[in-house]
Amino acid sequence: MAKRSALTRRRFLQVAATAAASSALNSCGRHAGPWRFFTPGEAGTIEALCEQIIPADQDPGATWAGTIYYIDSQLVGHFRKLQSAYRSGIAACDAACRAAHGQPFAELPFDQQTAFLQRLPNSLQPFFDMVITHTMQGFYGDARHNGNRDAVSWRMLGIPVIPIRGRDHYEFPRKG
Amino acid sequence: MSLPRVNAVVIGAGAGGGVVAKELCEAGLRVALLERGRWYTANDCRKDDLRNQRTSVLGNNSGPDDERNPRVFVDRDAKRHIVLPSEGGYSNNAACVGGGTLTYGAMAWRYQSKDFRMRSTYGAPEGSTLDDWPISYDDLAPFYEKAEYEIGVSGDVSNDPFKGPRAKPLPMPPLSPTREYEILKPAAQRLGLHPFDLPMLRNSVPYNGRPPCMRCRWCVGFVCEVDAKCGTHNTVIARALATGFCDLRLGCMVKEILTTEQGKITGVSYFDAHDRLQEQPADLVIVSGAAIESARLLLNSKSKLFPTGLGNRFDWVGRNLQGHAYSGATGLFDFDTYDDVGPGANIAICDYNHGNPGLRGGAMLANEFIRLPYQAVDMPPNGVRWGKAHKDFMRKAYRRTIKIMGPTQEMPVFDSRVQLDPSVKDFWGMPVAQLSGYQHPHTLEIAGVMAGKAEAWLKEAGAVQTWRNLPGNGISGGQHQAGTCRMGNDPKTSVVDSWCRVHDTENLYVIDGSVHVTNGGFNPVLTILANAYRASDHLVQSWKGKV
Repeated sequence: MAKRSALTRRRFLQVAATAAASSALNSCGRHAGPWRFFTPGEAGTIEALCEQIIPADQDPGATWAGTIYYIDSQLVGHFRKLQSAYRSGIAACDAACRAAHGQPFAELPFDQQTAFLQRLPNSLQPFFDMVITHTMQGFYGDARHNGNRDAVSWRMLGIPVIPIRGRDHYEFPRKG
Repeated sequence: MSLPRVNAVVIGAGAGGGVVAKELCEAGLRVALLERGRWYTANDCRKDDLRNQRTSVLGNNSGPDDERNPRVFVDRDAKRHIVLPSEGGYSNNAACVGGGTLTYGAMAWRYQSKDFRMRSTYGAPEGSTLDDWPISYDDLAPFYEKAEYEIGVSGDVSNDPFKGPRAKPLPMPPLSPTREYEILKPAAQRLGLHPFDLPMLRNSVPYNGRPPCMRCRWCVGFVCEVDAKCGTHNTVIARALATGFCDLRLGCMVKEILTTEQGKITGVSYFDAHDRLQEQPADLVIVSGAAIESARLLLNSKSKLFPTGLGNRFDWVGRNLQGHAYSGATGLFDFDTYDDVGPGANIAICDYNHGNPGLRGGAMLANEFIRLPYQAVDMPPNGVRWGKAHKDFMRKAYRRTIKIMGPTQEMPVFDSRVQLDPSVKDFWGMPVAQLSGYQHPHTLEIAGVMAGKAEAWLKEAGAVQTWRNLPGNGISGGQHQAGTCRMGNDPKTSVVDSWCRVHDTENLYVIDGSVHVTNGGFNPVLTILANAYRASDHLVQSWKGKV
């Protein structure tokens, strides 16, 4: 539970910061919330998918690690051309869930989500594959990209977290 | 308007071009060294697992940039894809001072004698242009040695009984062993194999004024943080600049090689760092842009006398594109094999490069560089790709796997090739390279056998589970790209002569991996460096004779 509330706090701060910024700029737009690309509803679906891909157990999962922040920020950066694939993929995923279970993906219980993904309609497979790839990148990649909070995956794997900064690591006698 | 004349223009400051520039400058020639990329230093080492020259999901760290340099990749179903440098299918190497040598893994292999005599040794399989080089190991041996000493190689190959004759040992001792090394060495010996400390273009002791490797895990794909990796950027190019005869120009994209009506090469035209078109007259033009871009430049240099591009009278430019079909195996152990001591790869065997029954060649096998966590996510062999099972596997296996891989020598294929794309242009309006082709079936057969050898080694070492890593049937290329401007004595079946001079021309040379007839069962860079020394040596001799 402590982990969940940590996320809530982090999210609250981001919402607050974004709200302050947007009111200062007098901007508007449908992206109320901490997201640069996702709508709040889309974010719910992606976060649930990420957590299915890397669930919390004795080690934190993708939600705690903030993997969605990696995907969201890359979608307005290096992954810009995947925006429509995400938008339509999320819509199709939720539509398929509604048709089968009467609810969008994020509203289903965890085990029912898992069962849905294990029998995923073929048409949704490319979208899910893409989310798997990006979730793995965010969670196992460099913490600087905001999807591997506190280098949680590296700690889980038992590898040193802090890069050795080697510039002055050794001293060599100067010649002459 | 044209610039003041120089003696030589060298196009590309990578492995080949760096050596040529230094050799020509030290002989007193004035050289313009044109590089389309930038000059990165150790300060640019960012150790970003997702943005580097091997894992480029967020971009490359040493070029080329995605905005200006598309290519077209044609898949096995003849479907065309426009691909960017950071995407799969592009076959990227690098665009920067040092080229691939800035960020490579830096294995420093000499090919074996038989690698220069593949057709004589084995005969070409049907559907392959497998052939002999017009030069032999003995021709190249002194220049291999020069490359080892001038660029800097550590390791100990004295225990490799399959190597060609060599006059001197390597200039630096090997790095100290890692846990993987201690596990794999006795296992190989029990199998009757001949393991040894593989040669690396990496300082193990202070050498050439630079410090030794500090053993971090961010090596292959990254700029070295302590400048211990030896490339052309911190050796020969620095020496070329020190002569005062080398004018290194960055951000310069060569448009075409210029010729007179009589077919004499007069220089090049290029877009400078401000995208202004410049003309650079020169007595000699040396193309060192690596197999894909060198072929593209020759094909883009059309004139009345050379309507299909320079050196392309018999349609051989861009043909025989090859790299290596990497294959091997991964082994899972019930104890920790990981010790976080880089660069990782350090033990090799050459027992299977030749002499495999029914096979034409083979591969050197060595343990892999450290796999960063994201590079390990597709490791599970059982199709598990997500969910708790995947996380469990990562937790269980990440510190307990060893991967052995080898660059299988490819059977060259005439239709695996670089062409000019008919419609897609780069930022400057030049037709881009279009890549198409396939792996010869015999290459895949050899790769399969090599994977089995790797698996057997891992099992002997105590792996509780092993699985094979096999190449696909699409073209390779990438960092090991080679073959597109084949060296040969017959102008009808090659592009350059044995001194790397383009047939039909007097003063145009291609000096890089493009000229490799075959690419050995080894990483090719030391051969590119050695051949550049050899070709430069001849160039200087003939220049002096001329003056």
